[in-house]
Amino acid sequence: MIKIEVDMNQCQHYGQCVFEAPDNFKLNDDDKLEYVAEAPDSERDNIEAAVDVCPMQAIRIVE
Amino acid sequence: MSEANPAAPVVIVGAAMGGLRAAESLRRSGYTGAIRVVGDELHAPYNRPPLSKEVLATDVTHEAVAFPSRAEMGDVEWMLGVRASAVDLAARTLTTDDGNVQEWRALVIATGLRARRLDFAPIAGRHVVRSLDDAMALRAELTVGARVVVVGSGFLGCELSATASKLGCSVTIVTPSVEPMIRPLGDLVAKEMRRRLNAEGVEIFSGVTVAAINGGASVESVELSDGRVIEADVVIESVGSDCNIEWLEGSGLDLSDGVLADNAMRAVTADGRARDDVYVVGDIARFPNPMFDDVPRRIEHWNIPTDTGKRAGAVLAAHLADDGSFDDVVAKPFAPMPSFWSNQFEIKLQAYGLLGLVSDDDIRILEGDLADQVAVGYYRDDRLVGVLGVGMKAALLPYRKQIAEGGN
Ligand SMILES: Cc1cc2nc3c(=O)[nH]c(=O)nc-3n(C[C@H](O)[C@H](O)[C@H](O)COP(=O)(O)OP(=O)(O)OC[C@H]3O[C@@H](n4cnc5c(N)ncnc54)[C@H](O)[C@@H]3O)c2cc1C
Repeated sequence: MIKIEVDMNQCQHYGQCVFEAPDNFKLNDDDKLEYVAEAPDSERDNIEAAVDVCPMQAIRIVE
Repeated sequence: MSEANPAAPVVIVGAAMGGLRAAESLRRSGYTGAIRVVGDELHAPYNRPPLSKEVLATDVTHEAVAFPSRAEMGDVEWMLGVRASAVDLAARTLTTDDGNVQEWRALVIATGLRARRLDFAPIAGRHVVRSLDDAMALRAELTVGARVVVVGSGFLGCELSATASKLGCSVTIVTPSVEPMIRPLGDLVAKEMRRRLNAEGVEIFSGVTVAAINGGASVESVELSDGRVIEADVVIESVGSDCNIEWLEGSGLDLSDGVLADNAMRAVTADGRARDDVYVVGDIARFPNPMFDDVPRRIEHWNIPTDTGKRAGAVLAAHLADDGSFDDVVAKPFAPMPSFWSNQFEIKLQAYGLLGLVSDDDIRILEGDLADQVAVGYYRDDRLVGVLGVGMKAALLPYRKQIAEGGN
């Protein structure tokens, strides 16, 4: 299992993570980020890509 | 040309986002040999966009913008504060300004851009913003009541105007353009952006250039080409950027606008040959993107260093592995979606695709209201090639998909 943390003080809801790991990140109807904090190991590449593309660098994988 | 020395490291020149992503990608793609990153800034790679926005509005520190360092990067060697001055592609060597000549097995070019300056005598109070050090120096002068003249009305100039204004400065934009951000956004949206910036208290003098910057110990006023004089304590020059290619002059690479690369991010020589051992990533790379056509372009958007860095790392790792996978890796489709955002006051712009490809007649409102929240479409030959959202994000996603699928 991978644990994900998003610093919601940093997050500006740009939504770039949504394209990389749609199972874990989405923008709701108010354009706010919602996320699932756990992912199976098979999602690691996608979660890492989401970390990379966050303009605010607000996403972290908790090892 | 000599045989590459397999004991020499992969040398990456430019220790910023593009260089970092290329190094990470080499490791993730299975390359375990030596990697050395040579960069002329003293700071480890950091994120630039907050330097005109969130971070400039609060406290400018390296900690606030540093990219996290991954475990697999532990044995990458960082040579910081060292500038590349020449390269020899036949001998596979790099010369640096400390007089050293080092051998490389493969080279990654990631030296990006630098801010262009106006051609006036140096005087305290003149600023540009490209690096962390630039932003620190500017932040110290953005005090309440300071009179700031921003020269140039691109995204960066408009963002810096908004941030300075939020910090309590009085801000005037001086620009040769008719409207702010008109080149990327087109006339329709740019006019609306002027209205919004004006409403926030930013004055815009358009159709003028700077004739002189006057002052004694520091800036006192800016004289415009139409004779007007604006009193100023701070001048921020946001007049475009130049590619850091000087160290590559005479190397034989195609340097006609940045550094030419093919779709595998391999550097291309002036006589049209791609080098399997030389790669280009980030803002400096001019490469073809089959999402649009086969014309190589430079794209100065934040997602490009990551996308091109990953691509270059994967292709180079396959070349170095020499395990027969190279042709397959090169043949993998690579068509990164250009993506940018900009925050100015409460105005939130987000865009996908290449807006700049389009003429004013081919820009249409897709949904919403220009004076409020809006999605705007940019068409070329009746195909959607770009979409801009003002205060809209999730609504852009179907259009983004449409662009990725060829615009129909
Ligand atoms: C203030 C600011 C705000 C921005 N905001 C946005 C935004 O909101 N949205 C967006 O999409 N994009 C934005 N961008 C653009 C984005 O940051 C760039 O696309 C990105 O930084 C490019 O990364 P790069 O690694 O290709 O090049 P660079 O970041 O330019 O890095 C190149 C590195 O190489 C070094 N170097 C140069 N020459 C040499 C040499 N001879 N030897 C050794 N080292 C050398 C440089 O010092 C630098 O460290 C912004 C840029 C700035 C400056």
